[in-house]
Amino acid sequence: MNWLTNFVKPKIQRLVRPKEVPDNLWHQCPKCSEMVFHRELEKTLRVCVHCGHHMRMPVKARLKMLFDEGKWAEIELQPEPTDPLRFKDRKRYSERLKEAQTETGLKDAVVVAHGTMGGLGVVVAAFEFDFMGGSMGAAVGEAIVAAAELACLQEAPLIVIPSSGGARMQEGIISLMQMARTTVAVDKVREKRLPYIVVLTDPTTGGVTASFAMLGDIAVAEPGALIGFAGARVIEQTIREKLPEGFQRSEYLMDHGMVDMVVPRHELRAKLIQLVGLLMHKNPAADVVALAPSARRRKVDGKPETDTSRPEPAIPDMAFDER
Amino acid sequence: MHFLDFEKPIAELEGKIAELRHLSDTDGMNIAEEVARLQTKVERDLTSTYARLSPWQKTLVARHPDRPHTVDYIKALITDFMPLAGDRGFGEDAAVVGGVGRFKGRSVVVIGLEKGRDTETRLKHNFGMARPEGYRKAKRLMELGDRFSLPILTFVDTAGAYPGVGAEERGQSEAIARSIEACLDVRVPLIATVIGEGGSGGAIALAVGNVVLMLEHSIYSVISPEGCASILWRDGNQAKSAAEALKLTAQDLERLGIIDGIVPEPVGGAHRAPEATFTAVRDAIDSHLTQLVKIDPSQLRARRRDKFLQMGRGGLG
Repeated sequence: MNWLTNFVKPKIQRLVRPKEVPDNLWHQCPKCSEMVFHRELEKTLRVCVHCGHHMRMPVKARLKMLFDEGKWAEIELQPEPTDPLRFKDRKRYSERLKEAQTETGLKDAVVVAHGTMGGLGVVVAAFEFDFMGGSMGAAVGEAIVAAAELACLQEAPLIVIPSSGGARMQEGIISLMQMARTTVAVDKVREKRLPYIVVLTDPTTGGVTASFAMLGDIAVAEPGALIGFAGARVIEQTIREKLPEGFQRSEYLMDHGMVDMVVPRHELRAKLIQLVGLLMHKNPAADVVALAPSARRRKVDGKPETDTSRPEPAIPDMAFDER
Repeated sequence: MHFLDFEKPIAELEGKIAELRHLSDTDGMNIAEEVARLQTKVERDLTSTYARLSPWQKTLVARHPDRPHTVDYIKALITDFMPLAGDRGFGEDAAVVGGVGRFKGRSVVVIGLEKGRDTETRLKHNFGMARPEGYRKAKRLMELGDRFSLPILTFVDTAGAYPGVGAEERGQSEAIARSIEACLDVRVPLIATVIGEGGSGGAIALAVGNVVLMLEHSIYSVISPEGCASILWRDGNQAKSAAEALKLTAQDLERLGIIDGIVPEPVGGAHRAPEATFTAVRDAIDSHLTQLVKIDPSQLRARRRDKFLQMGRGGLG
């Protein structure tokens, strides 16, 4: 068998396969098309070693990289997602839901976790893009509400990490109402004067950006993430011309004053710890500060790396720059 | 009068009536009886057609070019109206019209999305598709209402927020989010009325009210039926099916507990009898407003927030 046939797979198949199955030892970077070995990719936090492209990250890997020792507690979300409109397009929504649940092992597109980062308690609500494109329905709204309430209860900062195409059409108007609902939720955190930090990851669009995702006290973006309200295709059809280079990407938003900083993934944990410490008037544990730059490899799998002779994978600092 | 496809039989009848009237004018013949007979038939057909409009037909009625728009409601319902302009940051967006005026003698802030009526005004109002400046202006006016204890009346009629390069660059999503936040924050009554099309985020930005009303044949949806069809069915021609599935009619939304009331339209839709429509809207707003002004300001805010916090909890429906 030709070795090529092993890994040149249609994208769709990569989406539906569980991530852990190692039949895909090599991943192709969607940006530079270079091949990256899967272990390498885990080590680099799914950042392409060749071009620095930040690939989408499964929610559990995301939480693992952020929390101290890669440990966190999740809260049970009620109620279970339902199909309020009994929506059916080419397929039933209830079926789509079940499929997504089976594929991801999640009930819906958001995981609400709490734990410590740099010794400071935080609540994190992180999106799983593979769950119906991270779209927001009532259950996602509920997750944001629960996360906000937990943050208030624990007097902890709230960090939300969206990765979402927007509202979940299959829940119709109810998904639209989640825009107002999540806005109330994150405002509760702000009213308590607790930091509300948003980490915009690829992609954050539609109804999600037009509500809680753009209301952070601090807006952090991952390099090269698509962030915007309207889809590029819709805009192109409206204005009938080509879109500017880097349009709706993190760096573009930064240039236009819409985000505070663009932070490469391997610096994200340290930056968040620093931010939370500053806003909460707390000094993070000294070792955490010292650890920040070099400890990132250790935090990846939650245990110290044994092979110290191994060269560090090169991750360019401002990795993704289209201009 | 512009006729929709499903109104063709009615259009033909009305054409006949016009013809007969013309005849009676010229020939002096007495055909009043025939005209009256046809008139009754038109009434009956209109009533029965409009009593069972499909979601897609309602979409067409909601977008009817002759349907009264925000500026018409302002003219009819608001006295002493003083338009206010600008977001104080970048520009004036005429897709959002707003200002202060009196509603039945009471000082209010009015904010609405305006589509425009002819080529000139449509261009001026950008077909009712607001840019960030529009939403920032809306936020500014809501804050003004809050500061001077003026109830806020909003009128929603938009296909959605404008999808453009400049709009994105200037933070369309942030502007919408802040407008929603402003709706939730004010300590005065906020009554939103969907008068035509309630298109997605661009609509909810002005529709987070203590009371949300919809006209009988208006629609309110997370995405247009066409957009939904092209994404989920991968076929824009499936808009009819999408309109059914999305549950976007006032009747569906009332059933789902999303809106607080439906304002009945005259037979044949608001465009057939604008004056009667204005009266119905005026009465509906007035009855809610007189109740809301009795409520303590902080309660008004708390109740509004709580109402939207509950939406989707326990999985509705």
